[in-house]
Amino acid sequence: MNNFIPAKFRPVLFLLLLYAGLIVLPHFLKYHQQDFLIFLTINILVVVSYRLVTLTGEWSLIHAVMMGVGAYTSALISKNFDISFWITLPLAGVMAGLVALLLSYPLFRMTQFYFLIGSFAAGEAIRLSWIQFIKPFGGTGGTSAIPSPELMNIDFLEPIPYFYLVLIVVSICVYLLYRIENSRIGLTLHAVHWKGVLAESVGVNTWNYRTLAFVIGSLFVGIAGALKVHYIGTVAPKQFDIGFMVFILIWVIVGGYRTFYGAIIGAVVLSVLDEILRGVEQLRPAIYGATLIFFILYLPGGLESLPQKIKQKFRANRESAT
Amino acid sequence: MELLIQTVVNGLIQSGFYALAAIGLVLVFGVMRVVNFAHGELVMIGAYTIWFVHAQNGVPYLITVVLAILLVTALGLLMERFLFRPMTGDPLGGLICSIGMLFILQVIATYVGGEGPSKQVPPPFEGTLVLMDSVRIPYQRLFSITVAVFALGILWYFLTRTKFGWAVRAVSMDREAAALQGISTIRVSMIAIGVGAAMAGLAGALMAPLTNINPHMGHNVIIAAFIVTIVGGVGSLPGAVIASVLYALFHTFVTTYFSGTIATISGLVIMVLVLIVRPTGIMGHRVSE
Repeated sequence: MNNFIPAKFRPVLFLLLLYAGLIVLPHFLKYHQQDFLIFLTINILVVVSYRLVTLTGEWSLIHAVMMGVGAYTSALISKNFDISFWITLPLAGVMAGLVALLLSYPLFRMTQFYFLIGSFAAGEAIRLSWIQFIKPFGGTGGTSAIPSPELMNIDFLEPIPYFYLVLIVVSICVYLLYRIENSRIGLTLHAVHWKGVLAESVGVNTWNYRTLAFVIGSLFVGIAGALKVHYIGTVAPKQFDIGFMVFILIWVIVGGYRTFYGAIIGAVVLSVLDEILRGVEQLRPAIYGATLIFFILYLPGGLESLPQKIKQKFRANRESAT
Repeated sequence: MELLIQTVVNGLIQSGFYALAAIGLVLVFGVMRVVNFAHGELVMIGAYTIWFVHAQNGVPYLITVVLAILLVTALGLLMERFLFRPMTGDPLGGLICSIGMLFILQVIATYVGGEGPSKQVPPPFEGTLVLMDSVRIPYQRLFSITVAVFALGILWYFLTRTKFGWAVRAVSMDREAAALQGISTIRVSMIAIGVGAAMAGLAGALMAPLTNINPHMGHNVIIAAFIVTIVGGVGSLPGAVIASVLYALFHTFVTTYFSGTIATISGLVIMVLVLIVRPTGIMGHRVSE
């Protein structure tokens, strides 16, 4: 069976089947499951863009707020100036990227622990500003009645057309992020992480590369933020708090951060689990917390390392049997 | 003028809580190089103990304060044993474990207290001290600041005058050198988190009658503790106490004359500025990696 399809075409075939499945899938789902599918697709862009930021080895705690920057930008411009979603969507990314560029000057003077705390503080300061400055952000309750996209006669208030829109945008973004990671830039980012001093000694400006990763990651998560709030119709500071940031961390860690698809697996598996746990609303955070601790203690490679671990175990068993 | 004096007094009282809450964070980071994100939740558990045991079940306040300290200390020791010790040498892993713990403690608090509005505990010490006809200090606050200063005094004595205290300080200065001197780093870690958690429990117990108790109250505590830790200098206990006084005065003034949110925003901005300009803080020294 394996010889039927040449190895070269297997990934292509896999993607074709995946997309065929994704196009058909929403038609078989209930209304709230379609919602869930839309948010899951957006969250995939969130974790993949976060992965680019972490490639240089710095775990920031500001990614969720960057998503908010994009979301607020797109929501406020399209609502107050009556500008089309198709223009505010890229603007959201540009704005998040610009804010990231500005923040990179103070933040990248720090590393490790200091960077973590610094990024948390900067993010929290931005988020509290949305609460404090009721004009134009709308305070704790946020801003609602955000216009939905318009294109020909398609009704983007319906989940299925909006899902297709999200699927297309996220696919393009994830593809771009994949290309970036596998380009010369991506390899340099790996080098900055694992051998920072060595990379510097051969002429790599590590500061510039860290900034680049941070700006590009923020740009894409800004787009994800815009996609989210134009569907919900409301943007509020609560959506981008440290709680959501922790979810991003959990997805990436449980999925595994050593490969590109690890984070995607984490987001999909845990979101589905989350959907199943909907009945025990109160317990959910504790289950998440316990899962996180379990993975970091016993399976630090994440879900993506699981098949290999099992294979090793089997091999060890067979060897001890013979 | 009265408002000015009143604000200074309020700020000074507030600084006691900040110092108690921040000390644990500083001790644990100094000794174990782990940022304990669940530290605010330890304070929250302390406050919940007062609400549940004292306000709901009628056990005298002072006994419950001791109980809260013991409970939170035990919790801290459990976290050291099962989370931070296996994660030695992996600061990110320790941090993530503590985030997991944060969620678990919040859910426990929700189960004990139920959902709904924040809990209130009637102050066990009633009455108000009136100075100069206008400056008012409720006895409860006076009690809290006295106990806080007393606890910090004991801690200072412990760290500078006892053998255990020397060991704690030696490990936070240079872990390997301390180990080579025959100091058990594991035991010192347990002392550090035990003392830190005890202070957090005390902070929660003292705060309980003066604040709204809810499962998410740890969030504001941890933000204040971070700011105080960074501004005071990571790993420096005197720095943390000085920074607590400064930040509490600053926060109380901005809250009185502008708003609480603006106070927190400016605190965070100051913290980022300190990180840029003087990452060692006002009293800190460079930590060894």
